[in-house]
Amino acid sequence: MSKGPTPSDVAAVYLQHGPYRRGHDPHGHGHIEARGHGAGGPAPKRVIVGYGFWIFLLSDIVMFSGFFAAYAVLAHATAGGPTGRELFDLKRVAIETGCLLASSFTCGLGYVAATRRRQIETQFWMLVTGLLGLVFVILEVLEFYEMIEKGAGPDRSAFLSAFFALVGCHGLHVTVGGLWLGTMMAQIWFKGFRPQIMRRLLCFNLFWHALDIIWVALFTIVYLLGAGA
Amino acid sequence: MSGHDEDWEYDDAAPGDEHAGGSGFGAIQVYLLGLLLAVGLTVASFWIAGSNAVWGPGIPAALLALAVAQIGVHLVFFLHITSGPENTNNTLALAFGVMIVLLVVVGSVWIMAHLNHNMMPMEQMLKMQR
Repeated sequence: MSKGPTPSDVAAVYLQHGPYRRGHDPHGHGHIEARGHGAGGPAPKRVIVGYGFWIFLLSDIVMFSGFFAAYAVLAHATAGGPTGRELFDLKRVAIETGCLLASSFTCGLGYVAATRRRQIETQFWMLVTGLLGLVFVILEVLEFYEMIEKGAGPDRSAFLSAFFALVGCHGLHVTVGGLWLGTMMAQIWFKGFRPQIMRRLLCFNLFWHALDIIWVALFTIVYLLGAGA
Repeated sequence: MSGHDEDWEYDDAAPGDEHAGGSGFGAIQVYLLGLLLAVGLTVASFWIAGSNAVWGPGIPAALLALAVAQIGVHLVFFLHITSGPENTNNTLALAFGVMIVLLVVVGSVWIMAHLNHNMMPMEQMLKMQR
């Protein structure tokens, strides 16, 4: 017994219960033993998909770290142009932050509703998520527009180049995420809560929450440290 | 119902999975708690940046600490990355990601600060070129 399940035990469980029944329960406690030790057969597809997407998100965050490093290095290279203190409007940034945080929350509620197979509730929360994301993008575009109008465009100084690259890259992610959100809403509406749709929804949720994490680093390092301290 | 829901009883977890079992919290309560903590930390960040409550030179450190705390809240309550055995792979990947991010950011800032420090002042450089 102490040796754990042998391959033939696992095979027997597999034949009896199909691919989803993993592990071996020698003591009859009714709970499954395999915990990623390799003895329980392949992990469910949902776990593998989520893990793969998590790796992608981490690589995306590593890409952002390059932009953050560039910004941190160039933050004071204003070339005699306007500084962050003169340009940033913290009230607008606070509204943007609130929108993105609330949308992260409603996105989570949408996922909970989807796991409970509630179509209308899922669609409602995803719509709210999308609208909050839209408000965020509009506010950011307005900010960029006003800065460029003032002559503080990305061509003014190294600081502003780094600023537009970093914040713009995040804004682009939110925009693409919004398109993905619309696609997911349509798929859930027309195809229902199939397993593969649920996996896509899981990935979308991870993406949206990761964007909020990047925004936390962004509003702290760019806006609060740039304008306040 | 059955084909998919069966998926949920296993001990492996994908990032983003809810784990309602054990702690006595439902899925929505976890998100609510996360939202409350995140809002509190955000408000604290904005308040500290705009007030004199914290000693001036300490503000950047306070802001960074609040940001790290909030990122932790997001990871645990929204992305559901935990220290449980079923989450080992996700946590290890995260640890690797954090290492790379720190190397890139801290390394760049460190090296560039030293370069700036060691660079000749601009007027002297212009004089030498004449």
